[in-house]
Parts: sequence; C-alpha cells; structure tokens
Amino acid sequence: MKCVIVNHGSGNVRSVFRALEHVAEAHRVLFSNDPDIIANADHLVLPGVGAFSNCMHSLSARPGMLVAIQQQAREHQRPFLGICVGMQLLADYGEEYDGCSGLGWIPGRVKPFDLAKIQDCAIPHMGWSTIVPTRDHPLTHNLPQPAMVYFAHSFVFHAAKPANVWAQATYGKTFGAIVGAQNVVGTQFHPEKSQQVGLALLKNFLNWRP
Amino acid sequence: MSTVRIIPCLDVKDGHIVKGVNFVGLRNVGDPVAQAKVYDQAGADELCFLDISASAEGKETMYDVISATADSVFLPLTVGGGVSQVLDYQRLLSCGADKVSVNSAALNDPNLIAEASQRFGAQCVVVAIDVKTVDGVWKVFSHGGRRETAWQALDWAQRITALGAGEILLTSMDRDGTGAGFDLALLAAMRQAVTVPIIASGGVGTLQHLVDGVQQGGVDAVLAASIFHFGIHSISEAKRYMANAGITVRPLVNHEG
Repeated sequence: MKCVIVNHGSGNVRSVFRALEHVAEAHRVLFSNDPDIIANADHLVLPGVGAFSNCMHSLSARPGMLVAIQQQAREHQRPFLGICVGMQLLADYGEEYDGCSGLGWIPGRVKPFDLAKIQDCAIPHMGWSTIVPTRDHPLTHNLPQPAMVYFAHSFVFHAAKPANVWAQATYGKTFGAIVGAQNVVGTQFHPEKSQQVGLALLKNFLNWRP
Repeated sequence: MSTVRIIPCLDVKDGHIVKGVNFVGLRNVGDPVAQAKVYDQAGADELCFLDISASAEGKETMYDVISATADSVFLPLTVGGGVSQVLDYQRLLSCGADKVSVNSAALNDPNLIAEASQRFGAQCVVVAIDVKTVDGVWKVFSHGGRRETAWQALDWAQRITALGAGEILLTSMDRDGTGAGFDLALLAAMRQAVTVPIIASGGVGTLQHLVDGVQQGGVDAVLAASIFHFGIHSISEAKRYMANAGITVRPLVNHEG
C-alpha cells in the first residue's frame, strides 16, 4: 500500500511525511511531484501552506499533475486528504489575493474570516481549538479527548451544503474544520502538528476504506 | 478566543540551549532536541527556537536541531535568529519549522515580510520586536538588542502587519531575564494597535505573571524560558494555574498506550 504526499513545492511536506510515517503500518509513505507515482497511490495527501492561488498555480504548473490527482481521487475513488490550504483547494473558488478557481470537488467558497464579527479574536486564527464532529465517520473515530487540534489560517471554507461539513470548530464563530464528500476529505487544521489527536486522525485516514 | 498558548523558548547557540539575563551572561542548560521532547510530553502548545549563534557553523547546526526535533515532536515549531532572506524561510520550513521569526532583517528591509507572507502565508511570518524604554518611549532595537532603531514599537508593529506579518513576538528588553513580569502596559498598548496574535515575552518569574499577561495584556500566547528550563515550574503547573484563574488552556491529552 502506498500513501503519496503530493509535493507541489509550497507545503510543509516533510512534517506531513514524518507524521504519516509515524502512524503507518501497512503503508509505504512517500512524497512526490511525479504524476506517474501519484497515479499509483492508494492514499493521497495534499498538504498546503501559503496562498490559495499560489498553491493552485503550482499544482497546475506541473504537467500531468492535476490529471493524475483527479483520476485517483475522482475516478478511482482513492482516499484523499487535503490539509489546510490543501483542504481549501477542494472548494470551487478561493478569494485570497486576486481570487482563483479551486479543484471544485466540494461545493463552496473560501473567504476571509470576517474580522468585524469576531471581536476579541486575533486574525490569523493561530492556536488550538476543539473539533466537534457533525456525523459519525471513521476519520474521527476514537480520537483522544479533548479533541483539540492546531489551526493557523485567516481564511475559512464556506461549504454550500451542510452535508459536506463533517466537523466544526469555533473561533469567534463556528466554521468548517473538516469538510468531505465520499472518499475526499479536508482538514482546515494541521493534523501533523496536533500531537496525539492529529496522529490518531492520520492513522484513521490510512485505515479508511471509503 | 482560541486557547491561550504556552510556548517554552529555547535559545540555542552552536547547538546548545542557553538562556541569558538581559541578553548577556549566557548559561548553558543543555541539549535542545532532548528538551523539546520533554516539553512536548509536558503539554507545551508550541515550541520556539531562537538561534543566537554568531558563526556560520552554528547556523548550520540549527538546521539539524530543527530537523531532529521535527522528527519526533508533532507540535508547531517557530524558529528565529539570523533569518535574512526568503531562502532562509524556505530552508527552515523544509526542515520542519512552521513559522519563521524575523527581526533585524525586517528592520533593514521591510519588503522581506511582504515577500515571505505572499509566498508562505501570513500564518508563517512572525516578526520579533525587541523593545526597550528610552527616555520614556518604547523604542525598537535590532541585532539582538544591541542597536537602537528609529522605530517606535507601536508604529513598527502597524507597519509590519500592513506588510503581511501574521504574528508578533513582543519582548521587553527592560524585563527580559529579570523575573519581574511582563511589561503589561506595553502588551496592552500593542493589543490595541494590531489585530494579529501577540506572543508576550520577557520577564516571566512567576505563574501569576503569565495570567497577568493574558488578562491585563490581552495577549494570545505567552513565551517563557527560564522558569521552565530551570525546573522552577512545569508546563502542567502553569496550565493548571492559568485554568484556575479562568483562562482557557489546552488540557493535557491522555497519551496512547
């Protein structure tokens, strides 16, 4: 079994790699920017830091990359995990900087935290908050309690359909912490930096057979 | 509010932890990677490494320290000290750092902040501001506190956040290493001046000082070195104390197996 982390140059790929390797049992974990390797992945992970448009552009700049990802996640229905900006890219559109279309796999838009509505909350949201699952899903089974995870973001995923929000967190207001659709899931937080809770979630992901 | 973060800081020189009093008279207290693991187990919410090596060899060693720490500690890591160009961000992030703290280089060339923020995101651009009172004015100092700049602290903070800095690490040089507590007036004024998260640093001597920083200074995170390194207080004691004072902190998670 192969878990491939998509290396598109703007993510904290090594940290994600270390965390997945720490919990992997049956999987070989590797990171790659080679579409052929991505096309053979059993599990796919898309990390991301930086701006939405930068991430999207670096994905599309690599020949064959987007096609390989689409094929694995959409046609072959392989489990797919987007992290932070990697999660936001699942949306139709991201408003960061000049705005940019996303992968469009989960209907919704990525918008800035509305400062006016979040009194007493500094932006970016930087720190540990509790995630509250909105459905029973293998990804959030048996997480150590309290299920607090590390966030570092200024933008949030506004899902068009409530059914795509699998867990929520609250920072000034409630927002989507985990979004998903069938075999595709994304976390706004960084499981690779969230100690035992994050490691448990990554382990659940590797064991997930949607 | 998010939970208030407790961030132990490791000042590293040539691969060893040191801690100064008012930036001079450094004392060696040990191996940074081993110490980082201890803090990880103890419930630290984030770790901060500041490289104070003067030599090129010392700076190379820092990459190994970060990489070795990130191999076994799954916590956010902030790294600073000697960052001078966008390439330094790239390299530290690829070692496993999540945020990079910059100080003197940003004062030399504020565009570095804008460039790094656009490329890596505001959440990874921390600006460290060292402040010392000069003739009753909060002045910004560069070069490890050795050089006075023309900037006043609040003006500089507004400038860097406009350029895309995502967090401020605010150190009072007047208080650093004294154990006399944070400069609460400085923290509160900074809280009014900017909307990004503020990490308070410099002067923690008691657990009440941490509480004061949050309740009176309005900061999002507290950073301390001496009280944790020298075993005066543990992180779990600090969290219990803060929770009893009504501050929301991240409780310790039950460890697996």
